[in-house]
Amino acid sequence: MKELSLNILDVAKNSVSAGANIIDISLVVDESGYLTLTIKDDGCGMSQQTVSNVTNPFYTTRTTRKVGMGLPLLKLAAEQTGGYLSLESSQDMADHGTMVKAVFNTNSIDFMPVGDIISTICVLISGSPEIDFKFYDKSDTHCVSLDTRELRAALGNEVSLAEPEVGMWISEYLREQY
Amino acid sequence: MKTLAELAAIREKMQNKVVIREGSASTRVVVGMATCGIAAGARPVLNAFVEGVVSANLSDKITVTQTGCIGICQYEPVVEIYEEGKEKVTYVKLDAAKAAEIVEKHLKGGKVVEEYTIGAYNN
Repeated sequence: MKELSLNILDVAKNSVSAGANIIDISLVVDESGYLTLTIKDDGCGMSQQTVSNVTNPFYTTRTTRKVGMGLPLLKLAAEQTGGYLSLESSQDMADHGTMVKAVFNTNSIDFMPVGDIISTICVLISGSPEIDFKFYDKSDTHCVSLDTRELRAALGNEVSLAEPEVGMWISEYLREQY
Repeated sequence: MKTLAELAAIREKMQNKVVIREGSASTRVVVGMATCGIAAGARPVLNAFVEGVVSANLSDKITVTQTGCIGICQYEPVVEIYEEGKEKVTYVKLDAAKAAEIVEKHLKGGKVVEEYTIGAYNN
């Protein structure tokens, strides 16, 4: 992956497959230059055994081939900067879901640029218009937020978030905030 | 400033179109968006198709959607085009410029861009 936003797109799709109703993506840079990425969902969750396997590239849930590179690549990207990746997951009936947290040192020479995060968010929303997304991106220079539940309220049930016109509105709406 | 009121306006505009749309979207452009596709550059390809279809005013007839791993990762970014009554066309190793060309020649002009299809790479 050339941009962190591509890892985010890839890993957030796991939450989609987990049957999430809402996916919360947040990027926060603190004053010492550490970026914390969290992708949190209310999907079906994973067993503890799966949790311990998913960062192994030779583990995957898909059936087309025997490798799964999504989380291993994100873990590698974080660790290369001196950061880390952690996973929390629960299959509890009352409170199920998964949280992926990755911490990066943005001052490291190996820190991959975040890249086109707007594109990532738009692609996620248009690819799964039935799911809600919360997005938050905060640093010294910007504070950006989006909640598709608000958009859905304005659009009503008839108009899908996947409509190209809606997608362009979302993209512009995010761009204005940077 | 973008406002939620603009979304309400889109809603109003769409309400009249929804009925016509359901039956008439006959062409599907499907972009492979698993790890393999994303790493190979599928995101700008997807965007190029969406923008191309919108600016050609074809969004009533053509839908652009995403799918997972198609199973031929070495050919990513892979795009499949399904048209009613025609055989599926599989385009491989695309980028945004090739995608724009496919919108122009294939989706607008009705002519398959043979040189970008999987058949051209297999020979």
